[in-house]
Amino acid sequence: MKFSDFVASDAIRSELASTDKEGVIRELIGSLVEAGKLPKDEQENIVQAVLKREELGSTGIGRGIAVPHTKHPSVESPVGTVGVSHTGVDFASLDTEPVQLFFMLISPPDKLNEHLQALENISKQLQDETFCRFLKQAKTSADVKQVLEEADNNQFA
Amino acid sequence: MSNDMFSTKVTITNPQGLHMRPAYLLAETASKFDSNIELVKDDIRVDGKSVLGILTLGAAQGTDVIVEATGGDAADAVAKLEALLQSGFPSAQETSESEKG
Repeated sequence: MKFSDFVASDAIRSELASTDKEGVIRELIGSLVEAGKLPKDEQENIVQAVLKREELGSTGIGRGIAVPHTKHPSVESPVGTVGVSHTGVDFASLDTEPVQLFFMLISPPDKLNEHLQALENISKQLQDETFCRFLKQAKTSADVKQVLEEADNNQFA
Repeated sequence: MSNDMFSTKVTITNPQGLHMRPAYLLAETASKFDSNIELVKDDIRVDGKSVLGILTLGAAQGTDVIVEATGGDAADAVAKLEALLQSGFPSAQETSESEKG
C-alpha cells in the first residue's frame, strides 16, 4: 500500500500549531474533517478513540516519530494524514524524545489487513533516515506531499 | 561468551496480525535481553527490538514468523517471545470486535 492510497494530501499539516499531545491529535483529526475525509458529526468521537488508544501505550515509537491511530466505522478504507511540528511535542514516547513527525491513521474495523498494510508502508519508509530528515525539514504541505510521492516511487527505503 | 543460537516458528493467531501494539510489546520484551534478536517472515529479516522493524513484516493472521536469538540469554529470549506471540496479544481495546478469521 502506497502513501497515495491513504494519505489525504489536503489534510497534510506542515506546521502544526499545537504544542501538546491532545492538541496535535485534535488538529490532525480536524484537518481530515476539513478535507472531507472524516464526517464532522463523528469528529469528537474519533478524537476520543485516538486518545483512548494512546492510553494503552503511546504510539510515539522513538526517533521523533508517532503514529497515532484508531479503527473507526466511519471510514471504508484507511484514511491518514501527516503532521510536522518543527518545535517538537512531548508525546510520552518510548525514548522520551519530543515528536516532530506524526502519521495519523484511521482504519475501518472490518479491514484488519488494510490497516496492517498501511502501517507496514509507513514503518518501512520511516526506517529510512533520509525520508525522516526530509519530512522534518518540510516547510509546506507541498514539500511533504513531494517527499511522500518520492517514497511511493521507491526513492528511499 | 556464548553465541548459542535458538529459534522457533510461530503462527500469528490474533485476527489483527502484528499491528502496532503487539509490535511494541514484542520490541519491549526483546529489548530486555542482551542477545541479538531477529524476526523473520519469508525473506524479510528485521531487528526484533525495533517496533518499526517488526511493523514492516506486515504479518497478518495465519502468517508464520520465525524468532531467532543469538547470545547468552538466547534460549530464554526465544521462550519469552514465543509465549508472547502465542498469547495472541489479548486486548481490552477491541474485545467487542473479536470476529474470527
